[in-house]
Amino acid sequence: MTPVRITYRECCRQAIREAILTDPRVFLMGEDVGRYGGCYAVTKGLLEELGEDRIRDTPLSESAFVGAGIGAAMAGMRPIVEIMTCNFSLLALDQILNNAATIPHMSGGQFAVPLVIRMATGAGRQLAAQHSHSLEGWYAHIPGIKVLAPATLEDARHMLKAALADPNPVLIFEHMVLYNMEGELDPTIEAVDIASAKVRRRGQDITLVTYGGSLFKTLDAAAALAQDGIEAEVIDLRSLRPLDVATVVASVAKTRRVVIVDEGWKSGSISAEIGMRIVEEAFFELDAPIGRVCSAEVPMPYAAHLEQAALPQPATIAAAARSLVGPA
Amino acid sequence: MSAFVMPSLGADMEAGTLVEWLKRPGDRVERGDVVAVVDTQKGAIEIEIFEAGVLDRILVQPGEKVPVGTAMATLRSNGAAQEPEPAPPQPPPEAPPEPERPPPEPPPEVPPPEVPPEITPPPEQPPVEVPEPEAKGGVRVRISPAARRRAAALSLDLARLRGTGPEGAVTLADIEAAAVARVSAPPSGRAPGVGFDPAAMRRAIAAAMARSKREIPHYYLTQTVDLRRALTWLEAANRDRPPTERLLPAALFVKATARALRKVPELNGFWEKDAFRPGAGIHIGWAIALRGGGLIAPAIHDADRKSLAELMAALRDLVQRARTGGLKSSELTDPTITVTSLGERGAETVIGIIYPPQVAIVGFGRIVEHPWAVDGALAVRPVVSLSLAADHRASDGHRGGLLLAEIERLLQKPEAL
Repeated sequence: MTPVRITYRECCRQAIREAILTDPRVFLMGEDVGRYGGCYAVTKGLLEELGEDRIRDTPLSESAFVGAGIGAAMAGMRPIVEIMTCNFSLLALDQILNNAATIPHMSGGQFAVPLVIRMATGAGRQLAAQHSHSLEGWYAHIPGIKVLAPATLEDARHMLKAALADPNPVLIFEHMVLYNMEGELDPTIEAVDIASAKVRRRGQDITLVTYGGSLFKTLDAAAALAQDGIEAEVIDLRSLRPLDVATVVASVAKTRRVVIVDEGWKSGSISAEIGMRIVEEAFFELDAPIGRVCSAEVPMPYAAHLEQAALPQPATIAAAARSLVGPA
Repeated sequence: MSAFVMPSLGADMEAGTLVEWLKRPGDRVERGDVVAVVDTQKGAIEIEIFEAGVLDRILVQPGEKVPVGTAMATLRSNGAAQEPEPAPPQPPPEAPPEPERPPPEPPPEVPPPEVPPEITPPPEQPPVEVPEPEAKGGVRVRISPAARRRAAALSLDLARLRGTGPEGAVTLADIEAAAVARVSAPPSGRAPGVGFDPAAMRRAIAAAMARSKREIPHYYLTQTVDLRRALTWLEAANRDRPPTERLLPAALFVKATARALRKVPELNGFWEKDAFRPGAGIHIGWAIALRGGGLIAPAIHDADRKSLAELMAALRDLVQRARTGGLKSSELTDPTITVTSLGERGAETVIGIIYPPQVAIVGFGRIVEHPWAVDGALAVRPVVSLSLAADHRASDGHRGGLLLAEIERLLQKPEAL
C-alpha cells in the first residue's frame, strides 16, 4: 500500500469515526462537535454520517458533560469527551481529578472509568492569554489518569484506539497548530502503543526531549544543528503520564547532554520533572548541565511577534543545544 | 605530639600535591628546616617546618594531593616518647625515596584517595584542623559528573585539567584528551603531576587578581624620580666589582622601598578580618615574570636590613629559583608588600594590582631619559616613574604620598642605602 497524503485533523476524524463504527459503546460528546462540526473542524460531517446518538452536542458546561462522561464510562460505555480547548478544561478539573482519577481506586476496583477526553492545547494562533495554555504538564501530575500528546499523523490516527482500550481515564492533548499539518501516513501501520517514547531522529551529540507541538520545531533545530556538525537525537515523549524515562535515559547515556523543549512554563513543569528524572537516574552520565527551552513566564501575548517570541523556536532550541556542546 | 600540615601558600591555594619527603621518620628537625616538597599552582615549593622536634609518622605519600590543613606527618617534641602504634599494628610507613631520585610512579590501578585519610589524634590533643573540602566557593573544579567519574577511573588530577565545556567546565572530552596527553608525555623526572603548569598558574593569578579588584578599593599615586645621582653612584660602585656581583638599579629600588616602609608602616602588612595587621618584618615580594608565562612574587626577607650586595645576591637567587623551582614556602607566604620593577625592556609606568591580603604594591617603570627642570633650566636626566597602588581600607593617600616621597629622598642618597 502506498502512503496517503492526509492532515492531522483528518487523522483525528478518521480515528473517531473508526472507533464509533467498530464499537457500539463508543460515542463522542462535546461543545459544537455536532452541527458546527467542531471548533477545529475535526468532527465535520460526522453528525450527518453517524447520527445524534453517537455525535452529541452538549451545553456549555464542562463540569456537567465531563461528569456525564465519567458516569457513562462507569456504566459500561466508552465515551469520547471533547473539551474545546484545555483552557476550558479547568472548569472540569474537579471531575477529572476528584472523580475520574480516583473512582477506580476508591471503589476498590469495582468501577473502571474507561473515559477518553480529547482537547486542543497550546499557543501560536494569536488566541491570547486565556486561550493559549499548555496544561498537559499539570494533568501529568495526577496519578490515575494517562496523558497523551500525539505529535505525528500516525499517533493522531491511532492513539485514540489504544486510549479507548485502556481501562483508565486517558487525556489526549492535540496541539492546535498541528491540525493543519499535512503529510504522508503509512497505511500498513494500524496500531500504536501509548506508553513509550520514540526516537524521531538519531544523533550522538545531544538529546533533545520534547513532545506535541514542539516536536517539529525541535526537528527543525536538529536540522540546523546538523549543519554545524552537531548531530542531535530527538525524542518524542508521546505520553507524559506514564513517562518513558528509560528511553530518555538511554539516549542521555549515549549523548551525555540534554535539552528539554516544552511549550509549558518552566516553573513546576513537566520539563522540570523530566530534568529531575534524568538527574535521579543518569546523573553520572551527564557531561553538561541540563538545558531547557520553555515558554516565557508571561501570560501569552496576543501580538503575533510577541507570541512567537514567547514560545520555543527552532533558533532558541538550537542555541540552547550549542551552548552545551563543546568545541568539536 | 603535633601535626605538620599542608600549608597555605597564598589565599588562593586550596590543596597541594606532595612531591617528596626530604626528612625520614625519626629525623630531628629544627625550625626553618625544609622537610618536604609540595607541588602547587606556583610550581614545586620547598616546605619548611616551624617547630623543632622529631619527625614521627608520615601520613601522606608522594603523589597524594591533599587539602590545605591536612596533617601530612606527626611531629614529636624533643625527648617525647614515640607514639605507640595504633592497634592493630600497622606496618611502618615506607621510607621516602632519596631526595635525589624521583619517586616511583604509583601504579595506575591504585588511584590516590580523594579524601585525605582521617587522622584521629590522641584525646588530650587538640584536634587537627581539617578544613571542609571544597567549602570555599569559587575554586572548586567545575567538572561534569561523567567527566569526574572518568577522571577517577583514570586517576587524573582534576586540578590540572583545563575545561572546554559550558562555562569552562571540564568535560568527558577534556578527560580523554588529558589521558592521551599523559600517555604520550615524556617520562617526567619527578613524581606524577609535578612541574610548572602555566594554565594552573594562570588560574591562580586570575583568582588572586580578580579577588583583589573585587575586594580592594585601590588608590593610585605616581611620581617621577630623578635617578642621576643613583645611577652615577651605581656606576662607580660597580667599577671594582666582577660582573657577577654588579649591582643593578633594582637593588636600590628594593632597599629604598624597604627603608621607606619603616617610616610608613601602615603600607607594610595585611588586611585581614576588617583590620590591618602590620607585617612582622619588611619582607619585599619581588615580582618575577616567568619565561613560560605567569608571575610570582617571593619574599626577600628583612630587605631593610640587608646590604645592597646581599639584596643583589638575593634577587639573583630568587629569580633563578623561581624559574627552575625550589622556592621555599616561607618565601611565598611572607611578603608584606610587593615591588615590581619592569627593567630595561619594560614600559615607562606600571600601576600595579595589590596581591591580597597585602595592602600595597610599589612599581618602578623603565629608566628613561627625560627633559628635567634643574635650577630653572632644562636638563636631560635619567628618571623612573615610581607608582604606588594601595588599599584604601588600610591607608589614605596622604600616607601613600609620604612613602613615595621617602623613596625618592632615599634614592637621592644612594651611598646611604
